[in-house]
Parts: sequence; C-alpha cells; structure tokens
Amino acid sequence: MNNNVDLSVNIAGLKLKNPVIAASGTFGFGREYAEYMDLNKLGGISVKGLTLKPRQGNKPPRIAETPAGILNSVGLQNPGVEAFIKEEIPFLRQYNLGIIANIAGNTIEDYCEMAEILGDADIDAIELNVSCPNVKAGGIAFGTSCAGISEITKRVKAYCKKPLIVKLTPNVTDIKETAKAAEDSGADAVSLINTILGMAIDIHRRKPILANNMGGLSGPAVKPVAVRMVYEVSKTVKIPVIGMGGITTGEDAIEFLLAGAAAVMVGTANFVNPAACLDVIHGMEAYLRQYHIGCVSEIVGKLELNQ
Amino acid sequence: MAQVLKEKIAALDKLAPGVFKMTLKSEIIAQTALPGQFVNVKCSEGLNALLRRPISICNVDRDSNTFDIVFQIKGIGTEYLSQKKVGSEVDIIGPLGNPFRVEGEFKKIAVVGGGIGIFPLLNLLKASSAEHKDAFLGFRNKELIVLEEEFTQASDQLFISTDDGSAGHKGLITDLFINEIDKKKYDIVYTCGPTPMIKKVVEIAHKNNIRCQVSLEQRMGCGIGACLVCACKTRLGDEWEYSHVCKDGPVFWSNEVIFD
Ligand SMILES: Cc1cc2nc3c(=O)[nH]c(=O)nc-3n(C[C@H](O)[C@H](O)[C@H](O)COP(=O)(O)OP(=O)(O)OC[C@H]3O[C@@H](n4cnc5c(N)ncnc54)[C@H](O)[C@@H]3O)c2cc1C
Ligand SMILES: Cc1cc2nc3c(=O)[nH]c(=O)nc-3n(C[C@H](O)[C@H](O)[C@H](O)COP(=O)(O)O)c2cc1C
Ligand code: FES
Repeated sequence: MNNNVDLSVNIAGLKLKNPVIAASGTFGFGREYAEYMDLNKLGGISVKGLTLKPRQGNKPPRIAETPAGILNSVGLQNPGVEAFIKEEIPFLRQYNLGIIANIAGNTIEDYCEMAEILGDADIDAIELNVSCPNVKAGGIAFGTSCAGISEITKRVKAYCKKPLIVKLTPNVTDIKETAKAAEDSGADAVSLINTILGMAIDIHRRKPILANNMGGLSGPAVKPVAVRMVYEVSKTVKIPVIGMGGITTGEDAIEFLLAGAAAVMVGTANFVNPAACLDVIHGMEAYLRQYHIGCVSEIVGKLELNQ
Repeated sequence: MAQVLKEKIAALDKLAPGVFKMTLKSEIIAQTALPGQFVNVKCSEGLNALLRRPISICNVDRDSNTFDIVFQIKGIGTEYLSQKKVGSEVDIIGPLGNPFRVEGEFKKIAVVGGGIGIFPLLNLLKASSAEHKDAFLGFRNKELIVLEEEFTQASDQLFISTDDGSAGHKGLITDLFINEIDKKKYDIVYTCGPTPMIKKVVEIAHKNNIRCQVSLEQRMGCGIGACLVCACKTRLGDEWEYSHVCKDGPVFWSNEVIFD
C-alpha cells in the first residue's frame, strides 16, 4: 500500500500543503499555539479579524458555553491592519504555512483601504469577513443581502492582488443566493459558515450571559447546519468552497470535503485541544489510506445522495 | 511553559458539601507551577461540557510530585470532575497565567479570600518567605469552611468570617482585615474571590497605602491568550484597554485594574 497521501490543495491560486486552516478568531496570530504545536504542519491560518484601526472589542463576558458549542461576542478586538503587517506577518513567515488576512469594517471604504494596504503585504489571500454577527462594524450589514455582497466584493476585488475569499454568514434565508452573488461579483472562493446568531440566558439573574446579549454559535452543535450549507453552496457555485463549522476530527473534515469543500477551517476545537488542527490532518490521512485514495482532492464533492 | 498533560488522579476527597479536593500526580506542575497559576481542565469526555474549566493550583508537593486543586460544584463541568475515579487520567493544560509576586521585598503580608477565591492563596502563603503572614478567609457558613488546618499551618494568624455567623466573625471578611491594618502594617495584601470583596480590599489597601495584588475570574475560551474572550479592563496611561485574564492575569496589580 502506498503510504504517501497527497494532501496538497490549490484554492483559486492559494496553494496549501494540506487542506486544514485554523479559523479566524480562534487562533490569534498563531503565536500562542506555536507553544503547543509545530505551525509548519498547518495548511494555513486565517488570522484574527482585522480592522483599519485597532479595536477594543465588546464588554465581557464574551463567551457562554451551550450544548456541544459556544456563543461568543468578542467584537473584533484586534491591533489593526498596520500592526498586523509590522508585527505579525514577520512572525508567521518563519513558518511554512498559508497566511490569510481576515478583514472586517464599517464601510466599504474601510474594506477597500485595508485591501489596498494589504496589497503589498506578504500574505497569501484575503478573507472578506462580511459575516461577523457581533458588531455593526463586522460587515454583517453587507453579508446578509445579495446587493450588499455584490457591491463590496466588486469594490474590494479591484484593490485585491491576492485571491479573495468571501466569508458567508449562515444568518440568511438562502445561502445559495449570497454565495452566487459573491461568485458573480468576482470572489475567487467562498468560506462558510461564520457563526449562527444565538442567545443564552442565566435564568437566576434573568439576563443574557453575554454582556452583548447575543453572540455567534460555533462548535460541534453547528456542524450539521454547516455541512448542509457547504453542500448547497458547492452545488451552486463553480469557485472553490472552504467549509467550516464544528470540525473536531478528521472524520468531520472528510464530511465537509465529500459535501464539496476544497479545504476546511477548524475553529472552536482549538480551544479544547490546542493541537486539534494536527489531529484533523492525521485523521484525514488515515481515512484516505483506509480507502486507498492517493490525493485528497479526489474526494471533494464525492457525496452520493440517496435516491 | 504550559503543556497539555494527561495526569493521574492520586486522590479525590470531599471536603464539604459540593467541595472536592483532587490530588494529581504531575512532575511538571509540581516542579514548575508558581503561586496564582491555574490549570485548564477538561472535565468531561466528548462534547458535553465542551470547554476546559480554569481551576487554581491550590497546593504543590515537590517531594511527591503531586499538586492539589480544590473546586466547588457550580454546573456540569465541575459536576463531571467530581465524579472522576482515582487512578484515572485527567486532561489538563498548565501551568497557566501570570503568578502572584512573592519576592522577599514583602516582609508582612496578608491574604484576603472569599469562597472559591481562597484556593490559590494557600499556595501563595506556602511559597512566601515573609516574616509575618495573616490569612483572612470568608465563607458562606460553617459547613463550607475548608482547608482550615492547612491555612492555620501556612499562616501566622488565621481570621475567619461567615455570612450567617455560624463560625467566626458574622459579616464581611474585610471588616476583620480593616481591624488589623493599623497593628500589622502590611507591605502587601493579596486578594481573590467575589468582585465586591475584591473591590473593597482594593479600596482599603489604596486608602492605607498597602500594595495589593488581585486575582480575577472571567469566562474563558482557549485559556492561552489567543481567543480574547476573557477580557478585563486595565489602565493604559490615561486611557484603558482590555487585557486578558488567562494570560495577562489572573493576577494583576490592583492599580492596573479598572472595576466598573
Ligand atoms: C483563574 C481562575 C481560577 C479559578 N479557580 C477555581 C478554583 O480553584 N476552584 C473553584 O472551585 N473554581 C475556580 N474557578 C471558577 C471555575 O472555573 C468555575 O466555577 C467553573 O468553570 C464552573 O464550571 P461549571 O461547568 O461547573 O459551571 P457552568 O456554570 O456550567 O459553566 C459554564 C461555563 O461558564 C464558565 N464559568 C462559570 N463560572 C465561572 C467562573 N466563576 N469563572 C470562570 N468561568 C466560569 C465555565 O468555565 C463554563 O465555560 C476559577 C476561575 C478562574 C477564571
Ligand atoms: C471566539 C471566536 C472568534 C471569532 N472571530 C472571528 C473573526 O474575527 N472573523 C471571522 O471571520 N470569524 C470569526 N469567528 C468564526 C470562526 O472563524 C468560524 O467561522 C466559526 O467559529 C465556525 O467554526 P467552528 O465551529 O470550527 O468554530 C470566530 C469564532 C469564535 C469562536
Ligand atoms: S481565554 Fe482565550 S484569550 Fe483568555
């Protein structure tokens, strides 16, 4: 049996040695996790959502645990795009991994300016976060309508020198439509899902647990919804789809690939197991070996529906 | 440096209703943990109680390479933890966080703790080489008093209060602390517990020019400084910023923190 499985993928020009990317907001800029794992083993990292200027984020508590998941309302605390370029890119470039800049803003002009500033930066792709449910400045206003997605994608694309990934929100009636709008407006790929808007209540205080009242649901609880959405979107668009939502194991990741994802992102699982991304990679490898599949891209979209 | 560890439970004892002491065999924690640091514990197997729970390191035994955590059952995570079996392994990350400052410059010290906040203070008292150490511990009632023996041994004088007066002073532990200040002239006070108590201790310390360190609690995600959910307000010149309890804390100087 051939033991060498080819895990490499090419997502609209973003070449990664394996299809496992740390999801934005759950992995910082990789520094903390470097103490727990070899970052060289990662396919890539989508860094903490960046804004034009530094942001302090929302009031705590910013997290609530829910069955098999969490709600968060961090509110895009980040050092700003300039600090990212100066401090974080040089750190990440010591490692062999794809760097994806996740950007969020208040106005289309903010997004364009960031794409322009990042134009000369040493990154491998831009992920347009138009789906953060926690702040007005998170672009959710653009992400929930086709017109909004179209306009922002077109305008940012004009400044973008690297592959442009549009990150979609699940908080819409039909995610196929927003995905199509992104594709038609020049997105090179789409990633999904961002978190699902939710709420958790402390019945003794009769108040929401999160200071922000509502927050975004992630973790294993959202996985079936995410798999369904990845399936629908990958059937609708021709551009590559990056799937995420509740992945904790290699088997979970394979579900997303079968449903049509070309790569996956791992988020909440990192909190429980700092080496979760590596476990996902090993689990995928084991699956591919079990079925004598030489190359991971061979299984993308190979789901067979029941008749 | 913190690590992911699978450590064996050497003992698990009920100290009071809903309060347990777990002794874990761990060379790394026993040899390297500093007072005020915590471990982030995976309490369950699988997806229930998904996140790890932060629990303070209460005591370390360098000779037997063990350490203790003491925890109170609050919800599902601590409930699972209390049901673990001696001899089985627990998945922990540690030692984590910024420790208390216990260097020799402080000759007379006091610790003021309330409820689950007393646990990191035991390790601190044991690690400190101060000439005089007072411990002020507040509990809800007599039944919930734990580690009295250990605190007695680790301190020069132990003061206890209960909310209902069933043991010690009836009322706030800070009442007892205020009474001793003029006599003892503490160089530093360390405090951990409910926020109203911490605020009161800080107020007293500042009024009396006593240096003060506080250990804060906040809900956590990663526990290692990456996800930024465990925010607390701290001073930055004339402005403020959000620091993070898991990495910048849990221990802060009292004048760094903004309580609102
Ligand atoms: C640095 C630090 C040290 C701590 N040391 C101790 C200790 O030595 N002994 C002890 O008994 N307790 C300690 N706590 C509190 C302990 O973490 C919580 O009681 C525990 O997380 C509750 O979990 P649960 O599943 O039983 O409760 P649930 O209410 O079911 O927990 C739900 C979620 O909220 C979080 N949460 C609930 N209460 C707290 C809290 N007070 N602080 C932080 N997160 C919370 C949980 O971690 C979990 O993610 C400490 C907390 C911190 C931050
Ligand atoms: C604490 C936290 C912070 C997040 N921050 C961001 C962010 O800044 N930008 C973004 O696009 N997505 C952010 N997300 C969403 C994740 O990238 C991911 O889409 C989502 O959590 C689903 O994946 P998971 O179930 O594997 O966590 C965040 C998620 C969490 C839990
Ligand atoms: S818990 Fe993630 S930064 Fe503190």
